[in-house]
Amino acid sequence: MKALARRAAAIVWKDILSETRSRHGFASMLCFAGLTLFLFTFAAGPDSQLLARLAGGLIWIAIFFTGTLSLGRAFQSEEVAGGVRLLRLYPGDVRAIYLGKLAGNLLVLAVLEAILFPAAAILFDADFGTHALPIALTAALGTLGFSVLGTFFSALTVHVRAREVMLPLLLFPGLVPVVIGCAGATTAHLAGDPLGQAGDWLRLLAAYDMILLVVCVWLFPVILEE
Amino acid sequence: MNNRSEPMGANHLRKSLGWAAIGGIVAATILGLFVVPADARQGEVQRLLYIHVPIAWVMMLAFFIVFIMSLLYLVQRKLKWDMLAVAAAELGVAGAALTLVLGSLWARPTWGIWWTWDPRIATTALLVAIYVGYLVVRSMTEDPEQRARLSAVIGLVGFAQVPVVYLSVFWWRSLHQPPSSPRSMASEFGLAMLLGFVVYTLAFIYMWLRRYRLATDQLAVELSGSEGLPVHGISASRSPGSEPSVRRPDKSGSPTLDSSSERIG
Repeated sequence: MKALARRAAAIVWKDILSETRSRHGFASMLCFAGLTLFLFTFAAGPDSQLLARLAGGLIWIAIFFTGTLSLGRAFQSEEVAGGVRLLRLYPGDVRAIYLGKLAGNLLVLAVLEAILFPAAAILFDADFGTHALPIALTAALGTLGFSVLGTFFSALTVHVRAREVMLPLLLFPGLVPVVIGCAGATTAHLAGDPLGQAGDWLRLLAAYDMILLVVCVWLFPVILEE
Repeated sequence: MNNRSEPMGANHLRKSLGWAAIGGIVAATILGLFVVPADARQGEVQRLLYIHVPIAWVMMLAFFIVFIMSLLYLVQRKLKWDMLAVAAAELGVAGAALTLVLGSLWARPTWGIWWTWDPRIATTALLVAIYVGYLVVRSMTEDPEQRARLSAVIGLVGFAQVPVVYLSVFWWRSLHQPPSSPRSMASEFGLAMLLGFVVYTLAFIYMWLRRYRLATDQLAVELSGSEGLPVHGISASRSPGSEPSVRRPDKSGSPTLDSSSERIG
């Protein structure tokens, strides 16, 4: 268990290093997310109250769309130089590769969310700030569900033709409970949770996260077989 | 099932199954259209349910079979299970699409709308999306063993998602009438529905076995392509139209297929 965590941490560190040395990857993702929020603003029309009501859902669409871009890079960047094969050659459980990539994605999305939520609060006039703690919990559960499934499918589509299209095609149907849970909880929190629904949405997210995590960790070695 | 070691008996059985399914569907259609009285409140349009509900059941059966076959493939690594899985997946997608279309036709006069975000409808639509993804990934993967492995994984993960998808949409919003089943209906309605369940299941099993047979033939062509002939010429001509020319007798065909699948699996 400890060895597994150490190997996963090594992969996270490797990805952080390569990211900080190239740098433009995260910056362009951030621009993409910001522009998505921008487009939502215009799509919703001039009614700023409507936008504030939709904010709890729209922010998640922006995060998950941007996250899909980042996921695409997780394994595909490895594949360019035959990196996945190389990683498999290292001794130990191949699940460490999955857990490392998963942790890396969580990290990237956490940074993204830390920037995107304040930006959305300003653009959408949504009061994320006063409910920061419960929304952070929602974000943690939702981001975990997204990343667990996304990292898995990112690895799965590496050897498939037209993988840029295949990843969203596989990922989005399974994302429905995450979107429903995240949007439901965030919207409820923004309104002060008058009906006490937020807890149910969080439980839904937590249960789905657990199911996905078990299934994906269990099946990951099958994906990397050659 | 389609047992290749005794082609005569299996062939006979398969043909009778096909005829039984066709005859049964004709009988169920006549029963549903003319014998059973129209529903008191929903009127004639309610007769659609004698097809809609059994096909929805067949769809669920098909996707459950994909799940079981995917599991069997990952345990045993025999391409046979993969071909049974893809055969069921295609029928499942077709059944799900048909369920949605029939349901829409029924909903328009009954509810006044073509579509609503009811849990069962949304889940069925998502099932189509999940298993279309399953089929597209297959078409984008060249190596038969890799294709089987990846699609088995998608079959398992997809199936694990379904209950939560259903529950989440159920919490999100609910409007559908409770599920129709023979038990929830008066006897003559129930009989028409029950007959529908039986005959559409028979039709499914028949088509499933036929599709499985086609998959084994396609695999034989793919494998023969990778062993000598130029790969591109063969794998590019995988359209169903080209199948009759490569169909071969059971006896001479099966050893090639079995030895190849063992070599690979």
